[in-house]
Amino acid sequence: MKHKTFFWFILPTALAMLLFIALPIVSVVIQSIFTPHEQVLKVVESCDPFGCKETTSVDQEATQKLRDAKPLGQFAGLAIYRDRGHLAVDEVKAAWQTREGLKDFFKTINNLPFYRAMGFTLTFTFVVTPLLIVFGFVIALAVNSLHRHLKGLAIFFSLLPMIVTPLIGSLILFWMVDSRGIVGTALQWLFSDPNLSLKASTGYTWIMLIVYGVWHAAPFAFVVFYAGLQTLPQDTLESSMIDGASRWQQIRYVVIPHLMPLVTFVALMQLMDNFRVFEPIVGFNAQAHATSLSWIIFNDLGGETRALSSAATTSVLTIMGVAILLSPVLIRTWHDFKVKH
Amino acid sequence: MLFKKLALATAIGLVSTNAMAECEIGARVSVVGNEFPAIQAVGAAAQECTGAEVTTNLTSEHQEINVAGMSGTPAEYTSAIIANSSIVALMNEDVIRPLDDLVAKHGGDLKPNQLITIDGKVMAVAFMANAQHLVYREDVLKEIGVEPPATYEDMLAAAKMIREKGIMENPIGGAYAAGWNLAQEFNNMYIGMGGEFFKQGTAEPSINNEAGVAALEMMKSLSEYMNPDFLTHDSNATSAEWKAGNVAIMNMWGSRVGPLRETEGSSQEVVDNTAIAGPMTVGGNETPATTLWWDGWTVAKNISDEEAEATFIAMMNGIRPDMLNEETSPMAVWLIDGYEPTPAAEGVFDAASRNSVPYPMLPFQGLMHSALGDELGDFMQGKEDAATALADVEAAYTAKAKEGGFL
Amino acid sequence: MKAKAFKQPPMLRLLSSAFILCWLFLAAFPFIWTLWGSFKVELDFFSKADWTNAVTGARTIAEHGTAFTNNGYQGAWVQEEFWKAVINTGIVCFFVVTISLTIGTLGGYALSRSGFRYTFWFLIAALIFRAMPHITLVAGYLLPFFQWNLWGILPTTIIVLVAINQPFTLWMLHSFFQKIPKELDESAKVDGCSQFQAFRHVIIPVMWPGVITTGLFSFLLAYNDFTVTSMLLSKENQTMVPKIASFLGTTQTEGNVMFAVAAVVSATAPLFVLVMFFQRQIVSGLTQGAVKG
Repeated sequence: MKHKTFFWFILPTALAMLLFIALPIVSVVIQSIFTPHEQVLKVVESCDPFGCKETTSVDQEATQKLRDAKPLGQFAGLAIYRDRGHLAVDEVKAAWQTREGLKDFFKTINNLPFYRAMGFTLTFTFVVTPLLIVFGFVIALAVNSLHRHLKGLAIFFSLLPMIVTPLIGSLILFWMVDSRGIVGTALQWLFSDPNLSLKASTGYTWIMLIVYGVWHAAPFAFVVFYAGLQTLPQDTLESSMIDGASRWQQIRYVVIPHLMPLVTFVALMQLMDNFRVFEPIVGFNAQAHATSLSWIIFNDLGGETRALSSAATTSVLTIMGVAILLSPVLIRTWHDFKVKH
Repeated sequence: MLFKKLALATAIGLVSTNAMAECEIGARVSVVGNEFPAIQAVGAAAQECTGAEVTTNLTSEHQEINVAGMSGTPAEYTSAIIANSSIVALMNEDVIRPLDDLVAKHGGDLKPNQLITIDGKVMAVAFMANAQHLVYREDVLKEIGVEPPATYEDMLAAAKMIREKGIMENPIGGAYAAGWNLAQEFNNMYIGMGGEFFKQGTAEPSINNEAGVAALEMMKSLSEYMNPDFLTHDSNATSAEWKAGNVAIMNMWGSRVGPLRETEGSSQEVVDNTAIAGPMTVGGNETPATTLWWDGWTVAKNISDEEAEATFIAMMNGIRPDMLNEETSPMAVWLIDGYEPTPAAEGVFDAASRNSVPYPMLPFQGLMHSALGDELGDFMQGKEDAATALADVEAAYTAKAKEGGFL
Repeated sequence: MKAKAFKQPPMLRLLSSAFILCWLFLAAFPFIWTLWGSFKVELDFFSKADWTNAVTGARTIAEHGTAFTNNGYQGAWVQEEFWKAVINTGIVCFFVVTISLTIGTLGGYALSRSGFRYTFWFLIAALIFRAMPHITLVAGYLLPFFQWNLWGILPTTIIVLVAINQPFTLWMLHSFFQKIPKELDESAKVDGCSQFQAFRHVIIPVMWPGVITTGLFSFLLAYNDFTVTSMLLSKENQTMVPKIASFLGTTQTEGNVMFAVAAVVSATAPLFVLVMFFQRQIVSGLTQGAVKG
């Protein structure tokens, strides 16, 4: 394809992404290396319906002067990246120097918000992604072997976990796993422990979130694999039959290699989505037990005083995290690309 | 006859147009605010003004959009309805204007205590109040033979008796969900213990002290009488527990008392026995362990004087005394002239009359609130001791405050 | 499935049927539970006393005399005017799917047919773009949108959703197009077609399976989005999900959870109809050699 033709074909989508994603990313990066100006504080008298008292307030005139002088704010360099809310360089160094064994070191590290969030995020990503791929694959195989009249219904019901709004979906599940809800009661009965509560312990909360993650995302893998299964080269399958391949061998040597590009695609998308896990943490009110990078951003932006630079920094770190996470897949894609062209 | 009827109709028409014509504005008004019924009522009353368009955008996301919506020139929103916790975000960004001139010109109906003044300048007009206070089950307390607790220590003792008598397994309710709610409960308890959040006149934190530790220890003791999932119970979930009859004593928002007394989603037994009292004290101190809240409206800075005036007039119309009627009166504890307190308002009035502390209107209080919400969960789960938790809070706060330019 | 290769031995057939039944149960149970519960009062559905209340509706009977009440639906649809949100969602979904598929197919096709190195980097850039948390993006939009008076209206939200969804759409369509043999359009070009004519006459007729699958995901994204719609739409233009969230109440005030539950069920109903209506297209679309290897 000629450069010019390519340009016209790609223009609308490139423009949309440039305006609404690339520009904001640039501004986020800028925001993460600049902090707001020093706020000039003064003590003033403030009165409300309940009386008057001395309070501290921002001296707007003095602060405005600083702002006008440098509209971007103070240049902070990587200071925010290094502070306690993010990479916590000094705290980690101190923890390493004063450690009493590795366990103690990790305990101290786990007390820092960024590393705690990373702990859960990585666990979630690396448990949920393989599980949902396997699960989606098996569902696709099973649905594919159904009678043709049943397929439509099976597809619809399989899609339900993806369709029901995560916000409410997790709220409903949250109540079902409550110690008095139907699932919670069933589990208490199953483990014969009347005091079992999934929400009160960190371990169970993680398991709950992981199960939800697989449940919610398996339909995605299912749909993609199901589409892939429709194009299995029948002749290869038949000839493998004639060669006496067992069913397992057929799957192993014919079906899986055929679906491999799709597996890469699903893995790519889901690694990224799971790395940004957010909605279940809010939906399950799980922040005491599990946090993620996206949740930290949400928390920074949602408070009464918004921490914009901090949120921007965490966003940049998220993008870097995703880039590192996906780098093996990307390198492979690059090799494929070079071979092809 | 026909003439008589016509005359009557005209007369009625005249009367009603008269009532409408009281509020005449000459420029656009656009209001952003939270969406609960009391604010909806104020918004609707403001929209009765004629002469120019009054639009409202009342949504629970108002805090995310109000600063941006008031920053442009001219500002999209000419007024934001806020509370004492959220006005600081608008003041920090310098997007609201002083109202002194407008109060002098059009603020005849206002009581002096409705004016929120900072550094001698009126920055907002308050119209309703709120506070957390005691809610208890009359029948349960009668059964164990104790008076409604006046202190948190009494509350613990009562809870112990209720559990021992086998009436309820987890008699205490509390919005202890990690995050905003938990931090708010700490604020209450810490204020009740006589603590100060910051070194006077600076943004430096000072919560890692005896009062802080005592407040946390008290919260921990209370949580032992709560549902084991307490770290996931926000005030919605806590109210629901109450309605289900699982809880006998709790510290709850005054604005939620009304719905607790409706049979919708509750049983008659619970409804009939839901009683309220003022906030409790703790640790032998006089100051109640609660915070006072107000909701009020502001006027944007980046708008023309005509728009500011129109906004002020429309919002004044929104909180005029005769907007209070049978339907709107029970919606909130109004600060409006002529408001007759409903029984559901007793708790809030008691809190106000006993010199409770208003939620601090400090530029950096929001950062402290978030830090508390994030870091106290570990302590409540027993993963670390009180002093470590408070040190974590101070460290987390300091990082954010440095970034925000406060330190 | 005539091929012998697909005939399963009875044991495996049983196993596979049992598995699919289990999965369908897991997938559908929470929804069926919600559907059933939406006709109860809050205390029954969230049965804080005993979970069996949700099945029997003890409190519902006590309050309404029967085990079923449509209070939730009435509240959501009549009192809170949920239908407005439904219409808004319909508009948003329709335009998001149409626009993002239109510009996505053009872009995806170009990416799959151009062998230059920049196509690779373009795809990588798109992937990195996708990594950006939506909430940060949206926070960045607020100021300019307010400044230019674009905030609060449906078209802005539609464009933003289209843009946010582009990386995924591009990747997915790019891989689908790669499976369509290049010889098809090459030969059309030899016959004198321009690239666009080749695309229009040769590629469009065979691209539907990929487009339908991608469209399904675009649709679900627009349908379920909360971050963008809740922050960029004014109250009267709200779509379903933020509307549902607004039923849940705030810290200081009580919401009405049953309105939300009824609304969730109502929100899923049109999808049921849609999938049932299009199931032949979806299934056959997927079946007709979607990704010819």
